[in-house]
Amino acid sequence: MMFETFLDVVIGGLLMGGIYALIAVGLSLQYGVARVLNVSHGEFIMLGAFITWLLYTAFGINPLVSLAICGPIIFIIGFILHRTLFTRLRISSPSPAAFEGSSLLASFGLLFIIQNIALAIWGGEIRGYSYLAFPVNLWGAIFAANRLVTLLFAVVIGLAFYLFLARTRLGKAIRAAAQDPAMAGFMGVNINQVLAICFGLGALMAGFGGSFISICFSIEPTMGLEYTIIAIIVVVLGGLGSIPGSFIGGFLLGLIGSIVTYFEPGLALIAYYGLFILLLLVRPTGILGK
Amino acid sequence: MNIAVTSKRLFYPGLLFLILILLSTLPFYASSYTVVRLSSILMYVVLTVSWAIFSGPTGYISLATASFLGVGVYTSAILGKALPLPIIVGIGGLTSFILALLVGVLALRLRGIYFAIFTFGLLAFIKHLVLWLEAQITGTRGRLVILVDTDTIFYVMLVIFVMTLLTAYFMRRSKLGLALQSIGEYEEAAAHVGINVTLVKIITFAISAIFVGATGAIMATRWTYIDPYIAFDPLYSFMPVLMAIFGGMGQLYGPVIGAAVFAYLEELLLTEFPYYYMLIFGIVLVVVILYLPNGLVGLIQKWWKGGLVRQRANTRR
Repeated sequence: MMFETFLDVVIGGLLMGGIYALIAVGLSLQYGVARVLNVSHGEFIMLGAFITWLLYTAFGINPLVSLAICGPIIFIIGFILHRTLFTRLRISSPSPAAFEGSSLLASFGLLFIIQNIALAIWGGEIRGYSYLAFPVNLWGAIFAANRLVTLLFAVVIGLAFYLFLARTRLGKAIRAAAQDPAMAGFMGVNINQVLAICFGLGALMAGFGGSFISICFSIEPTMGLEYTIIAIIVVVLGGLGSIPGSFIGGFLLGLIGSIVTYFEPGLALIAYYGLFILLLLVRPTGILGK
Repeated sequence: MNIAVTSKRLFYPGLLFLILILLSTLPFYASSYTVVRLSSILMYVVLTVSWAIFSGPTGYISLATASFLGVGVYTSAILGKALPLPIIVGIGGLTSFILALLVGVLALRLRGIYFAIFTFGLLAFIKHLVLWLEAQITGTRGRLVILVDTDTIFYVMLVIFVMTLLTAYFMRRSKLGLALQSIGEYEEAAAHVGINVTLVKIITFAISAIFVGATGAIMATRWTYIDPYIAFDPLYSFMPVLMAIFGGMGQLYGPVIGAAVFAYLEELLLTEFPYYYMLIFGIVLVVVILYLPNGLVGLIQKWWKGGLVRQRANTRR
């Protein structure tokens, strides 16, 4: 019994952590490279969730297959947003710090715009569907199969993305842009293009996260902000801009949430924010930050 | 020449005095609907100006306004029946002041984006803490607040408004204001010149929070029912930032004009397009940041300066 409870809490935490990690990697990429603390991140999660839901309920497309449809759509939205809105802001801002402030506020505007368009299209109801919902027994602890599948996919996507950053030419350009945008520009990196690709990739990660969330939980147009705040907490936990840090932070936060929920469900959110505030005060650079 | 100078010097105080008289006699000639609307416009002006007292010169983006407002709201909801109104409003300001002192001591070491994230996280933390505490202690989610008639709300709001403006004005003129300005320009240099950087930041931050807390305490009586989602609505953190940018932060009257114009527009949008109000709000936010980085005042000054240059060119010819 003790062992089962322990497994229940730990595996439950890891399952949640996989999704947290994925959405945090997206946000970390947007902040770490493009320098946009994108508060509308959660709206891209919501878009991913609703596109997946729509494709499944209207056309019967398998949610895991629809990743290939919803991913590119959201990437293009993110890419265009950066090319139009944020590139313009970056060029007209007098300093990097001023750009961080104004892009933060602009992304708040995006939050309201995307959320209210979604509300106008889909209404305020809570939606959901059932996919791979049969139970799986892991050494006595019982979980829904869909949650195990999403964890697997989240880990695979995270690893693939890490390899992309580490091994490809574009990945190298992205890392160079993260270190010193001006110098990367001198070396022949098309900086506006690379930053927009980063922003698009960040949105894509959010969209994937949203697809997985829609498989496991119910969704609604106003769900975004909650996940944005979680992503921000994870990113700060792992260190702003560090991709492996975000991954570790995601699993850590999932575990903490699972443990606190086991003892007192009402305190989970308070624990998240409390931890977050404490962390900012003690070590604002995060676990893997410089 | 002398007459021109003195008449110019008397112009702005005279104008302000006239506006103040018009405002203070408002309940005698205007409908109660106008009085209610003006109270909420005054509320936004107070929130925006007190935000700008600290964040304007230093450049620290504070998203703590809603926390300070919510603390004032809860003061009023908890003490409403026990104490007279002016004391409640005072205590609202005081609790907000104390919270701001605490936040300042803890968080003002954080720079740039970290400070903004911290203050936003704090809001979520307080909101959920109050929600949980209410469920544990009272077993309910919300509270009823005492009723106060609209004219009284308006006059209390007016007093807070005048006090906020006076504080902002004298703060800018004082040594403290200069110190803040230099912190905004270059914090390390300010510290080297001998300014106690931390102390200056904390004190200004806490003083600016008093008015927000007092506003929360009086405006709570208008809402009659409150719960943590109403009292700690993040919108009250973003609105002042947006309104200050909309008005322009270079001058004291920038945030005042920005808040007044924007709050009026908000009321208009809410009544005309209740469903698309938030969508329009988002679009305005993006457009203002993109095209009006110096705000309405910046725009007006540009036109005005353009006019002056043309005038000078004319005299030279």
